[in-house]
Amino acid sequence: MSSPTRQRAERAATPANPSAAPSEGRWRSLPSPLRHLLLAALGLAAVTVLLFVTGDLTALRVAAVGYTMLAVAGLQLLVGGSGQVSLGHGAFMMIGAYTMALLVLYQPMFPLSVNMLIIVVVAVVAGIAVGAATARLHGPYLAGATLILAVGLPGLTHRYHDLLGGSNGINVRTAGAPPLLQGLVTDSEWKALVVWTVVVVGLAVLAVVSTGRLGRRMRAIRDDETAASMAGIPVGKTKVVAFVIASAAGGLAGGLQAYVLGTATPSTFTLALSLTLLAALVLGGIGSLWGALWASIAIVYLEIWTSDLAGSLGLSRDAENNLPVVFFGVVLILVMRFWPLGIHGALQRLALRIRPTKSR
Amino acid sequence: MRFGGLTALDDVGLQVAPGSVVGLIGPNGAGKTTLFNVLSGVLRPTAGTITWKDAPPPGRRTHHLARAGIARTFQGLNLFPMMTVLDNVVAGADRLATGGPFSLITGLGRHHRDERELRARALAALERFGVAEHAHRLPGTLPYGLQKQVALARACVGEPEVLLLDEPASGLSGEQIDTLADQIRGFSQDMAVVLVEHHMDLVMQVCDHIVVLNFGRVISTGTPQEVQADPQVTAAYLGTPADTPGDANGAAR
Repeated sequence: MSSPTRQRAERAATPANPSAAPSEGRWRSLPSPLRHLLLAALGLAAVTVLLFVTGDLTALRVAAVGYTMLAVAGLQLLVGGSGQVSLGHGAFMMIGAYTMALLVLYQPMFPLSVNMLIIVVVAVVAGIAVGAATARLHGPYLAGATLILAVGLPGLTHRYHDLLGGSNGINVRTAGAPPLLQGLVTDSEWKALVVWTVVVVGLAVLAVVSTGRLGRRMRAIRDDETAASMAGIPVGKTKVVAFVIASAAGGLAGGLQAYVLGTATPSTFTLALSLTLLAALVLGGIGSLWGALWASIAIVYLEIWTSDLAGSLGLSRDAENNLPVVFFGVVLILVMRFWPLGIHGALQRLALRIRPTKSR
Repeated sequence: MRFGGLTALDDVGLQVAPGSVVGLIGPNGAGKTTLFNVLSGVLRPTAGTITWKDAPPPGRRTHHLARAGIARTFQGLNLFPMMTVLDNVVAGADRLATGGPFSLITGLGRHHRDERELRARALAALERFGVAEHAHRLPGTLPYGLQKQVALARACVGEPEVLLLDEPASGLSGEQIDTLADQIRGFSQDMAVVLVEHHMDLVMQVCDHIVVLNFGRVISTGTPQEVQADPQVTAAYLGTPADTPGDANGAAR
């Protein structure tokens, strides 16, 4: 994989590089939304180049990294930003995915952008409902409450079998590349581009929020609720807002997933998904949106690599199915043991160690 | 203010005039910090009211009072440990900023301009409290005296009208306390200050008015001289019978 290109893509797409180069005085004076939108455009351009270099086969994986990254970035804002641990993030992805599938099925005339907007609205409403109910809960109690969501929601598909299709879920055909670009990009590449367009815009919004006043308020609440409220920060409201933004990002990610895969099944959105997202976030580094990039690459590629490995070793079917989970666990333990701040924390330390020698 | 069967504050009245320094003293467990928590909205009084500029305050939650212009420091400092010193202070100025979510996302309106103003204001406050060189460090890496200055900067940067200081002198050296006394007198030019403090030299030095609490009741009020001469105060601190003429200076230690 040409991961250097990908890294550059993400670097552009992810915001708030804490170690800004000295030439960035004028860059910094740009308004934050404009700055992050420019970075987003740069990131999208880099992904486009990457897609053309790597070709059709990897396009779906690139798309998977994209929507996973959006989901993890939303979780990052919630957990790393406001200190609320949610085990129910996968449930919001499920809400997004089913909304997308139902919209494509019953309202095929709606353009994709309208579907995306509807998904955001639905996820926001769900986020307000859950967030308002759980705003007074802390730490393990909040995690427990959101756990119920992750465990319970997939069960709804069986309860409403006719509408949601039971354990088979809903299968839809999503439109591929528009006729105008038919010869230029394949359907998968087109879908990857659509995904990344939404993802970079979503990431830009998340970045603007977390570098702006709202993000600072969230961090203050995470660090000390009493002191935050004494500084004039409305604690309950800010926590709900963080929850809602995270669920919107999760819902959008789920919608994109359904769009790419053309299917929404309950077995995709089990508790294991929520736990994986959280574990991957810790693995990538919880303090920065950057962590979301490493997390999503880890989620997508660890699984592919391990099943390739299992295949080449000729292991039994059971072993092949479970090996990715084992491998993920081992990597998580190793990273936590040696780099407690996650991959991004380790990279930051490395950068700090390199820079002084460079300047001398 | 009652906690279950325990009456922590009973019929306590406290008036704070603009530009004055009010000292709140009393032995341990007298209810000083409880009164502070009521004033800052952390606790809701079981009975009684808070009046803010001759009217009820804009809301009963802590952040309502804070936005109206009441700031406080904490005994335990309560700095935000994972935010830089600068961000700690910028967060303290939160009430001065305007611009809602729409302005945040689109870059139109006041949000981002105000953010820059807050930053400049916070840097000025850090300068004023002598901690500007540590702006990008985490508060936990600073010595305790400097952390106290960061806490003061965070409380003052929002230009509050009433500043509640909870034991600002604890853990400071004599020299640092002298600096603190100057600072508190400086604050009183722009805002009213309420001070809970065990360090009597400081209290007597900076306060215009002193309220003495014991077992949740006001036992004496007045100027530092009046309070020092009050035999009840001596009794509360030393436990001597009230009919024995007390040594005010002894009480002060």
